[in-house]
Amino acid sequence: MEVLVDNFGLFVDGFLGSLRIILYTLVFALVLGTLLAMMRVSPVPPLQRFGSGYVSIVRNSPLTVMLFFTAFVLPELGFNARFIWLGVLGLTLYTAAFVCEAVRSGINAVPSGQAEAARAVGLTFGQSLGSVVMPQALRTVIPPLGSVIIAMMKNSAVVGAFGVGGDLFSVGTRLTSAQGLAALPVLTGVLLGYLAITLPTATILSRIEEKVAILR
Amino acid sequence: MSQGPSVLYDAPGPRARRRSRIMSVLSIAVFLVLAVLVVLRLRQTGQLSPELWSPIYWPGDDQFVAVWTQILTGVRYTLTAASLAIAFSLVLGTVLTTSRLLLGRYTRLPVVLLAEVLRGAPVVLLIFFAARVLPGFGVQLSQLWYLVIGLTAYNFVVIGEILRAGVAALPNGQREAGLAIGLTPRQTVLQIQLPQAFRLMLPALISQLVVIVKDTSLAALILTGPLELLNVGERIAGFLDNPLQAYLLVAILFIIINSLLGRLATYTEKRLGRARTAPNRGEDITEPRTDTDLEADAAATPGDRDADTDITQGRDTTR
Repeated sequence: MEVLVDNFGLFVDGFLGSLRIILYTLVFALVLGTLLAMMRVSPVPPLQRFGSGYVSIVRNSPLTVMLFFTAFVLPELGFNARFIWLGVLGLTLYTAAFVCEAVRSGINAVPSGQAEAARAVGLTFGQSLGSVVMPQALRTVIPPLGSVIIAMMKNSAVVGAFGVGGDLFSVGTRLTSAQGLAALPVLTGVLLGYLAITLPTATILSRIEEKVAILR
Repeated sequence: MSQGPSVLYDAPGPRARRRSRIMSVLSIAVFLVLAVLVVLRLRQTGQLSPELWSPIYWPGDDQFVAVWTQILTGVRYTLTAASLAIAFSLVLGTVLTTSRLLLGRYTRLPVVLLAEVLRGAPVVLLIFFAARVLPGFGVQLSQLWYLVIGLTAYNFVVIGEILRAGVAALPNGQREAGLAIGLTPRQTVLQIQLPQAFRLMLPALISQLVVIVKDTSLAALILTGPLELLNVGERIAGFLDNPLQAYLLVAILFIIINSLLGRLATYTEKRLGRARTAPNRGEDITEPRTDTDLEADAAATPGDRDADTDITQGRDTTR
């Protein structure tokens, strides 16, 4: 376990690196995913089709392939950026599809009477979505969205597995591969780092869930 | 409007229809502009030149046979790894659920702890763990097995959770009836509850298979020289210098395999749904909607009462 103590600084850097990837992706994926969900429920057929096409393509292909595209193919097309941004882009594009499905399932769970009432009092599509359906949908959305977010946190390790993400996982590969340190303690440290991110998040999410739970 | 008027809007009138048509035309225009931009960019960077594509689609190309032989090896490897992982995960997941249901409050703590740790860990890390740590203990296996072990370590816990949710979704009367006719708690779990949970959760189990198939591609990142699909794509990309085309092919193959699995999941779900609404078919009378208030004997029924949100939710929605 000395390894953990000696390289504690590296682990902290990796932990912060992971948090950085996770936070950026969280913001972008929530925005993009919500936009996609709005497309899927909009009354405009081409937008609906784009939304459902995007979701079925992305959900059925591995995150690794998506990251290969953003990390290796985009530079070929002349889009160069630092790797962390290409990684965040790939993780965002992937996670957004799952966010979209979570949000959409929340919208669909709102009883139709609510939206009918909103229309009956003369609210427009935007108003009914924004001030009647969404506030209710958000509560239903929290449990599935929570699992999506936790999955995304774990998926951030895949970005690190490319070796240059500067996150926890890449610290693990660097210490075991390049410096030849014993794998068990190093990887246990990395594992603990991820648990330190996922377990508290799970607890917080279930607290929020209890708080906002509504009876249907 | 494929699914008809949704919750959000009425059947549109003339003005709404016109607005929707304008929006449609606008959005199609935007998509077209984007598509043109992409094609222009592809041409500019030389990605459309035929020698990059022909090894993939043109049987007359010199490399065609080599490319597709490799690809088929990759598909076979990916499917083998996924099948082995799902088989082991099912067995271990059943053991996990059974022990969680049967052990006492304190004796099951280590099991719960192990499950939580494995579930909170990234799969990629578990595969890496298997590949790096096992050899240190003298366990030398082929790369395929490290992949399978890593995938199993994560997925058996998930499958255990799925089964537990399935057991929790069953009416309490099932277990009570089992105990009432003198089966031991273990017999009740193994012969009454789990078989029904398997059936109930079959669609979810198939969906998990999609996740496993996708996760086999993690091997391309961290193992040395596995021949799974993505790694094969990587080799082709390196050899023919056409990453865009090679990875596109890999992505399409994954999408085909997984949408077939997804279809299978939907199909099973529909079949199961139909089976349950037609209770005159003897074997299917599993849902007598009796909401017995005998939950007080929870102490006598180890399991499924610990505060787990998944479970309580499964319970609420299925009742």
